Amino acid sequence: MTWTPDQPIVSLTDVRKSFGDLEVLKGVSFDVMKGEVICIIGPSGSGKSTLIRCINGLNDIQAGSITVEGQEVHDPKLDKLELRKKVGMVFQQYNLFPHKTALQNVMMAPVLVLKQDKAEVESRARALLAKVRLQGKEDSYPGELSGGQQQRVAIARSLAMNPDVMLFDEVTAALDPETVKEILVTIRELAEEGMTCMLVTHEMGFAREVADHIYFTDRGVIVEHGPPSTFFSEAKDPRTQEFLGQIL
Amino acid sequence: MRRVAGINAPGRTDLPVLKPFDLKAVTPDGYIFTRWVANLPSWTPAPILLAALLWPLIASAQTGYTVFDAFDALWRWSTFLVWSGFFFNVLISLFAMAIGTVFGAALGLGQISPNPMLRRAAWFFTQLFRNSPWLVILFIVLLAFPFQVTIFGVTIPIPDWMKGVIGLSLPIMANISEVVRGAVQSVPTAQWEAAESLAFSRRQILWQIILPQCYKRMLPPWMNWYAILTMATPLCTLLGIEEVITLSRQAMESEDNHPELLVPFYGFVLILFFAYCYPIARFTIRLEQKYAVKL
Repeated sequence: MTWTPDQPIVSLTDVRKSFGDLEVLKGVSFDVMKGEVICIIGPSGSGKSTLIRCINGLNDIQAGSITVEGQEVHDPKLDKLELRKKVGMVFQQYNLFPHKTALQNVMMAPVLVLKQDKAEVESRARALLAKVRLQGKEDSYPGELSGGQQQRVAIARSLAMNPDVMLFDEVTAALDPETVKEILVTIRELAEEGMTCMLVTHEMGFAREVADHIYFTDRGVIVEHGPPSTFFSEAKDPRTQEFLGQIL
Repeated sequence: MRRVAGINAPGRTDLPVLKPFDLKAVTPDGYIFTRWVANLPSWTPAPILLAALLWPLIASAQTGYTVFDAFDALWRWSTFLVWSGFFFNVLISLFAMAIGTVFGAALGLGQISPNPMLRRAAWFFTQLFRNSPWLVILFIVLLAFPFQVTIFGVTIPIPDWMKGVIGLSLPIMANISEVVRGAVQSVPTAQWEAAESLAFSRRQILWQIILPQCYKRMLPPWMNWYAILTMATPLCTLLGIEEVITLSRQAMESEDNHPELLVPFYGFVLILFFAYCYPIARFTIRLEQKYAVKL
């Protein structure tokens, strides 16, 4: 099956995932089109992070299917490395490589994994760091950067691979409210440029503003979903209403 | 937490260990020996010297062999003992450390291999040599190894001191293996995940991302094992290798085996080892404290 851009870039069908006896995903299905920005919201422990980690194969699944650009992610024959070149991921705890400078963090994967020309990668990496407003921090080590700055390096590091889809796993959850803004500005710019983004987030205001579609998960299932224009005002399910009532 | 094969497998203890009865007692860590050496006062040689002076005094009451005679003998032999004896111990320790480090690193990487067979084999050899008495290993190597090997018609003799080096390098290898495994597993799993999501292969992650973060924290335990190894080199005397203890004994024999010589000669050797290991131990503990706080 060949994938064409008019088909969903990421497609989940009845995905089930358990940790031992604990079933955290109980049949999740949805599609993401190219250029779409979707937000997954929901209470803690509802399986949001697990869901997003299944998409680049960091977690495996027990049943169902996940495809990225038409390729089955959990096909044992699939080259996971090829998949991960297409899917970038940013973590809550930044996870920069502490022994490398900001610039080296961004350059490492394109040079070592994609075997691209070092000089070309360096100019691209510098441009990416400038794009996330980190000019002058190229030679700083992660330990010398604030949380917000580290997270922006992490975003630049993912973007350097030129992914088709970006996954954001609660990327602002470890930051204070002021630095959250710098991260959200960066993500919004990405979204406006047409990057397909999937965000797990607790920032409802941001979700309302940038998302094309919002999914609400609770206890391993998608309870409700819709575009932000209707999702926040016309939530029907009592669980969604309760959650939104607590947040908004 | 997600499993990375070989990296954060469920906890697996070494051989069963009896917990100390005193629950408040400090658990001995791997640095127990080096810490002890490092905490010795720098004037430690003084009481050794004093004992060396007093011993012949006590003994000479019976024989007439004076403290001056004893120290005169030591003085005549000291250069020989240092250059032909102690430096040979240092040489043995350096060779054993080099061999032990190379093979220990390989064994340590084997312990974190994704291949369960290799992992189990590496674990077995690590535990075997880590938990065997050093002297037993030394004797087995001495008796089991031929005195020469012939490869492609070329006969290479294996002198006894080389067997001593091999015998000492085996327990060092096993302990370095544990150092490597421990250091790699101490790097947070999140680093593996971040690298995996950037499409790094397992090999690349290990060599480019994980190991570079480990070198610094492997240095103190590595030096710790070097200090322990150096202190263990006199075991080679039991194999008849002409290191400092063997030579001291021979020197005393040629001085008619006066009992007054015992403490001055062995005290001298003790001071030599102290002078060599004390700075290493101090430096190791300083590094250990410096790196302990970070990450």
